[in-house]
Amino acid sequence: MDTTITLHVDGEERVLTVDTRTTLLDALRDRLGSTSPKKGCDHGQCGACTVLLDERRVLSCLSLAVAHDGARVTTAAGLAARDELHPVARAVLDHDGLQCGYCTPGQVCSAVGMLAEAGAGWPSHATEDLTAAVELDDAEIRERMSGNLCRCGAYANIVAAIREVSG
Amino acid sequence: MRPFDYERPARASEAVAAVAADPGARFLAGGTNLVDHLKLGVSAPTALVDVRDALDDTVQALGDGGVRIGAGVPNSDLAAHPEIRRRYPVLSAALLAGASGQLRNMATTGGNLLQRTRCVYFQDVTTPCNKREPGSGCSALEGHGRDNAVLGASEFCVATHPSDMAVALCALEARVRVLGPDGERTVPLDHFHRLPGAAPERDTVLSHGDLVTAVELPPPPEAARTAYRKVRERASYAFALVSVAAVVRVRGGRFVDAHIAFGGLAHAPWRARRAEEALRGRPVTEEAFRVAADTELAGARPGRDNAFKVPLAVNTLASVLRELTEEVR
Repeated sequence: MDTTITLHVDGEERVLTVDTRTTLLDALRDRLGSTSPKKGCDHGQCGACTVLLDERRVLSCLSLAVAHDGARVTTAAGLAARDELHPVARAVLDHDGLQCGYCTPGQVCSAVGMLAEAGAGWPSHATEDLTAAVELDDAEIRERMSGNLCRCGAYANIVAAIREVSG
Repeated sequence: MRPFDYERPARASEAVAAVAADPGARFLAGGTNLVDHLKLGVSAPTALVDVRDALDDTVQALGDGGVRIGAGVPNSDLAAHPEIRRRYPVLSAALLAGASGQLRNMATTGGNLLQRTRCVYFQDVTTPCNKREPGSGCSALEGHGRDNAVLGASEFCVATHPSDMAVALCALEARVRVLGPDGERTVPLDHFHRLPGAAPERDTVLSHGDLVTAVELPPPPEAARTAYRKVRERASYAFALVSVAAVVRVRGGRFVDAHIAFGGLAHAPWRARRAEEALRGRPVTEEAFRVAADTELAGARPGRDNAFKVPLAVNTLASVLRELTEEVR
């Protein structure tokens, strides 16, 4: 069944007709040419497809496009302001937080969403006192980023990059 | 993937009517499990009825001191909710032990309860599975059995329920509010998920068209100490081998009462009533922890690959009880 939807992708309004079976990830990549979110596992296990959906980090591979008519989608590419990289993307580069780079856009979107969650005082599994203020130490960053896999194993530098931006 | 219609009604009653009228229709909320099942071919609905506009997504205080959690509340918002963190920390802890930040942002309270087993054979349509295809057989009985249930399983199904949240809700004696074609009803969480028996295709007591609208919690027992402990094969982002939710009260060096539930051991969150009974009124001692845990696991029937779950469950419960009573021993 075809349905016409509107997505606001990285600040641009895009109208498209999708089959109801189309995931948000496939709509972004194959229909709109927004290839910053990556298809890794396509089953919600790797985090490479992470985008910000109305400012919350989500997995676009497990989202049906038709269920997000009217949504604001921000990809890692859209986080950059004009020619300036987003501070999280800049830090990932500065700290060599990547090797092949395939997981990087998902890592960056996830980190941006995660920093907002921590800023709002959300606890994590690594938080000892659930009612205390959040302090983003390495254990917190690792736990909060555990939904983003990096098969090159750049984790140590990804943590360092996020620590720099959060501090 | 089979083509399907999509609709997004504004009211829960409309959503229930839409699904009830179409045997091939399914509710869609966060989609974290269902969309994966569409891709895997585990589920092939003819219509999806999106309930995110229809469901309450707020946490409200109840007159009796408890809370009502709308079925549309995302897992992340529920875990971070100030009242849940302060009064029901075992629920926050359980939610935060599950999935990843992205998935918790998508998944809903109702959907978390209704997520299906991660048994590898259930998710692999090339293999027999009585839960996916009744009568086809159970591949897990003879196959990869590390994750299999050790309590309450049957010759037809040895799957485990994957939720962390539901384990905490079980120990908190939550109630599930359900809207069906014939009206509303309340199901105690302890009776919401089924044991497999001869009908493992049914995870819960719900019928087609029944929609979970809310979860209600009674007021937390006064002066109770609570914990959620999850044991898994890596530090984060993995399902439980064994988990324990415990709500215990101690006075004068004795257990007043304890509410205990296990995850990872059974087709449903496992309320450990035998262990609770063994603790009631008993002095807080290492022996009491052991006896309680051993009593609960006495009925365990492990298979070839999952015998480790029995001592793991015993030790985990004993460890949780030790931690919760440290100050009073």
